Amino acid sequence: MEVKGKAVIFGDNVNTDVIIPSKYLTSLDPNELARHAMEGLDPTFHLKAREGVIVAAGRNFGCGSSREQAPIALKYAGVKCVVAQSFARIFYRNAINIGLPVIECQAILEKTGEGDHLLINLASGEILNLTKNVKLQASKLPDFVLEIISAGGLIEHLKRRLEKSGKL
Amino acid sequence: MNISEKILAKASGRKEVSPGEIVEATVDMAMINDITGPLAIEAFYKIGVKKVWENERIVMVLDHQVPADSAKSAELHKIMRKFAKEQDIRYFYDVGFGGVCHQVMVEKGHVRPGELIVGADSHTCTYGALGAFGTGIGSTEMAAVFATGKIWLKVPETIKFNVIGKFQRFVGAKDLILNIIGQIGADGATYKAMEFDGPTIKGMSVSDRLTICNMAVEAGAKTGIINPDETALAYVKNRTNKPINLLKSDEDAKYEKVIDVDVSLLEPQVACPSSVDNVKPVSEVEGTPIDQAFIGSCTNGRVEDLRLTAEIVKGKKIKKGVRLIVTPASHEVYLQALKEGLLRALAEAGACICSPTCGACFGGHMGLLADGETCISSSNRNFVGRMGSPKAQIFLASPATVAASALKGEITDPRRL
Repeated sequence: MEVKGKAVIFGDNVNTDVIIPSKYLTSLDPNELARHAMEGLDPTFHLKAREGVIVAAGRNFGCGSSREQAPIALKYAGVKCVVAQSFARIFYRNAINIGLPVIECQAILEKTGEGDHLLINLASGEILNLTKNVKLQASKLPDFVLEIISAGGLIEHLKRRLEKSGKL
Repeated sequence: MNISEKILAKASGRKEVSPGEIVEATVDMAMINDITGPLAIEAFYKIGVKKVWENERIVMVLDHQVPADSAKSAELHKIMRKFAKEQDIRYFYDVGFGGVCHQVMVEKGHVRPGELIVGADSHTCTYGALGAFGTGIGSTEMAAVFATGKIWLKVPETIKFNVIGKFQRFVGAKDLILNIIGQIGADGATYKAMEFDGPTIKGMSVSDRLTICNMAVEAGAKTGIINPDETALAYVKNRTNKPINLLKSDEDAKYEKVIDVDVSLLEPQVACPSSVDNVKPVSEVEGTPIDQAFIGSCTNGRVEDLRLTAEIVKGKKIKKGVRLIVTPASHEVYLQALKEGLLRALAEAGACICSPTCGACFGGHMGLLADGETCISSSNRNFVGRMGSPKAQIFLASPATVAASALKGEITDPRRL
């Protein structure tokens, strides 16, 4: 599984309130949520993300609320993957469950500039910065997490499991 | 094993578990609210299962935007009501019958020691105050819980906080947890459990314990937890007839580390904009002018908080040009405050009293801030844009500090009043 896109850089402690401000949470339409993705930090983000981007960030990405609307907004805005030094726990689970790849890489901000082209192999955790021609290693995702992501999220994954066991 | 490990072992049918292991656990209770619930319901329908795993183990609360502040939130409430009816959900708290979800969970007896409780809200970690393992999850994950009653969880490492000393007057639980978060940082306990222990914790009321565990997630923790004792049991037994499975940390339980905290010299604490770990003693920010003061939220909207606020403002007037917004955390709290004359004392001092809701804290409605305004709040988050305008500033403090600041119109040390 490979994803690629231009890097958009953010710092530490990017919280769910800036990823999707609470005033938009009354919408269940993922495309509407996408139009306000990252609005608390950069209201033009959704325009940049359209072509397909990779968010590169510092520590504790996604801290705060349990709102799943945060990874949904990013995914539908065009984010292919979030690479951060570390993630807040609920955001990390939510992203995987809705099929947005998230991987941890300590060196990501040192070796990546805004707009750099990145190519990420989700299975091996290898990140190629094509612009700077450097290779980085992210932590590998556990197999069952990869299974959920490749199924397109938890719902599809669970459906397959239930069908297999004859419970659906 | 420590209490978190024991609860996860029991929930996954194992004799023992250790940190780092991934277990498939059976959930005792699951909770959704009007912001996370509709998405969970949509996802549940997509799975294709007809009925939820157990209708008596699901709690649904309308709290974030109540009463509905827009046609859109009314639609979300409608989705919740329809689902509750169709699935015959036993515990559905509609507008006027519940309040802020975490307060409702504990006061209606849905939180019992030794249980594994998941909630589609980050502050589900509050339930550790009663010796339960409560943790926040997302909506899709909740849909899977509704379908199967199970969830995968990684057994967390635990940091133990051994708290000693006696608080000064007008210093308390909120100051302690702000101080701890300031010490370890907003990601200081990511993926870990925070266990609070020591004589100071053992001497605390349930209300104070709820405040402390509520904010564990602000340090990134999976849960905040306190070994249940007589105080916790007395509270729970008053509110449920269900059997209680008492689990406690062993004397020789393992911890990733133990941090000692002495509260005897602790000053009132303030988390400054715009990060919960940007904590300073009140003396460093005293005199900062404020436009609004807010008492409420799942952190500090209980009757004990309203008593403290009323004690400070009774017979006085809020500073002209400042507004004090008070939101009792639940209808039970509202009624009790009404009986005790607290609402009257607050209203006479000039407070605007709202019905129970997450509104102001969550940035939904009833108490939002304009560009350039400053608020001191008893809630749990001061992120940019949290309470309305991204150009507003939020300071977090205890109800005593918030009340004192409302009287003076600037951040004030309540001990000086």
